[in-house]
Amino acid sequence: MEPFRRLEGVACPLPLASVDTDQLIPARFMKTPRAEGYGRFLLHDLRFGADGAPTGALALDDPARAGARILVARRNFGAGSSREAAVYALVDAGFRCVIAPSFGDIFAGNAVNNGLLPAIVSEEDAERLLVALDAGLDHLTVDLETQTITEAGEPIPFEIDPVFREKLLNGWDDLDLTLARRDEIAAFAAADLERRPWAAPRLR
Amino acid sequence: MSPSAGRPRTLFEKVWDQHVVATRGDGTSLLFIDRHFVHEGSHHAFGKLAEKGLAVARPDLTFGVADHYVPTRRREAAIADEGVRSMVEKLSANTRAHGILLFGLDDPRQGIVHVVGPEQGLTLPGLTMVCGDSHTSTHGAFGALAFGIGASEVAHVLATQTLWQKKPKRMRIAFEGELAPGVGAKDMALAWIAKLGADGARGHAIEYAGSAVSALSMEGRLTLCNLSIEGGGRLGMIAPDPMTLSYVRGRPFAPEGALFDRAAEDWLALASDPDAACDREVVIAAGEIAPIVTWGTSPEDAAPITGAAPDPERMADPARAAHAREALRYMGLAPGQKLTDIRVDRVFIGSCTNARIEDLRAAAAVLAGRKAAVPGLVSPGSSLVKRQAEEEGLDRIFVEAGLDWVASGCSMCVGMNGDLVAPGERCASTTNRNFKGRQGPGARTHLMSPAMVAAAAVAGRLADARPLLQGRV
Repeated sequence: MEPFRRLEGVACPLPLASVDTDQLIPARFMKTPRAEGYGRFLLHDLRFGADGAPTGALALDDPARAGARILVARRNFGAGSSREAAVYALVDAGFRCVIAPSFGDIFAGNAVNNGLLPAIVSEEDAERLLVALDAGLDHLTVDLETQTITEAGEPIPFEIDPVFREKLLNGWDDLDLTLARRDEIAAFAAADLERRPWAAPRLR
Repeated sequence: MSPSAGRPRTLFEKVWDQHVVATRGDGTSLLFIDRHFVHEGSHHAFGKLAEKGLAVARPDLTFGVADHYVPTRRREAAIADEGVRSMVEKLSANTRAHGILLFGLDDPRQGIVHVVGPEQGLTLPGLTMVCGDSHTSTHGAFGALAFGIGASEVAHVLATQTLWQKKPKRMRIAFEGELAPGVGAKDMALAWIAKLGADGARGHAIEYAGSAVSALSMEGRLTLCNLSIEGGGRLGMIAPDPMTLSYVRGRPFAPEGALFDRAAEDWLALASDPDAACDREVVIAAGEIAPIVTWGTSPEDAAPITGAAPDPERMADPARAAHAREALRYMGLAPGQKLTDIRVDRVFIGSCTNARIEDLRAAAAVLAGRKAAVPGLVSPGSSLVKRQAEEEGLDRIFVEAGLDWVASGCSMCVGMNGDLVAPGERCASTTNRNFKGRQGPGARTHLMSPAMVAAAAVAGRLADARPLLQGRV
């Protein structure tokens, strides 16, 4: 995974609270192989009418926000289902950072595993950013090392779980790190079976 | 010896400590996973394994269940929709290739993973359990540490039988006192989520406690833990007690004989120490909870059936008012509208929240001898629940009321198998999510208990189940 340090790019407002993963990608699109790209499914039912054309309801389809890499939303972003496809849809659509006052726990973990930064700001700062974006602000800079978001005015601090921060900064893939510990895991499992023999499923 | 041994510990900490393989400098721990459930959505993870040329580390601890995409009608015929069929087939192929036991479409034990696990005795107290499904928190009803994970994590567990986790904070939600008649676990869950918000327990492992929780059946406890994620909790847990033990005893995959007795001793010792501290404590008076329904598009948009939809103009917080305005628009409701004035188009009884035998009995108690005013679907949580309900004659009650009695699966909770609510239609539902489009594009979902869905079916609008239950339970 590519390390994440500093991101400067077009930012897009999404002034909605509790944007759940069902909205980020409706269930019916999840049968698609990832290789075909998930970007076109992002927020599908909020964006497109019955004819498949954008309704213009979201700034996402405003030509001025083309190529947006940063999304700003309200609280409880990514609530609900554990579907990592919600993150695939954001990443495949070009996003590398979502700014919001709170995130669904599983969503935030999934995001980091795909190099997408979930940046937590205060409710006031989120509202301030939404107002500025609505008034025409188009670019933001997100610096993960200093944990700040800069626009024209004062830098806005953001929070991120320190473990998530390390993983993003280093581009770590847990799986590769864990595979190096195979022996340690096998030793644990053997000792654990002695301790908790009842934990093994009985019928096979 | 774990670092926290010796001081008072919570249920969560005791189970956590037993599973730590290693702890990294950054504060994350590598947890050993006792049970891993995979369903159709796991194809991304198996794909990642194939990409890296990795085997499944512990097929003996991995179990496959077909639930999200399985049809609920004409089960013997080939699935007509090619995309849906390929999802079910991919799960069969992946589990077969890696030597994983599959509860597939043709297995008499098939059902929703969170119903099958407890039913088969795969869910046991003190285990760590994961699944690529947020409602894995359900299994916490037994005192297991169970939580949902994403596809990258599913691949990690498949390849290593472990998972890196940062220890969540601990939160205790105590329901003290006694529930009123006609009020149950679903109402308790919606009550605390309405009070604390859909992100109210974010970053926390919840332990449910208090006299009203101890008084719940195992089925009620499963419902309560199931909805932990809807309030933002990482997981929910309830300490094992004699009721837990009697539920587990004799289940197909559970230990037996002397091993069960030894396990039982371990399990009962998992209860939080009396003076163990939590990061947050919430106490709710159980006696004050009324049957609850949702009016909006988040589980926190919930109110007693005796109440009304809110008026955004009278909400102090502008962001919350904006959410309520948008939710009412999507739901087609007027500000301040009485909840019992909301007409419904159909009902659904099913899902990992409320499709166990007790749920079906509660709905049937309302429906017996009555007719549904609207169409509806009843999908039992597992094929074994279906058989039991038929032995008890519940299926006849549903069918005579005019509802469709179908096979088991996630069905209309998520609509992946084609069981959908039409655009603009309003559905009274026992499920867990009233998100926009959850039950189908443009569908409007009101969450409530099985008895309340049955009452809505009879009335053709949202209704209080309590008068309809008089003299019946």
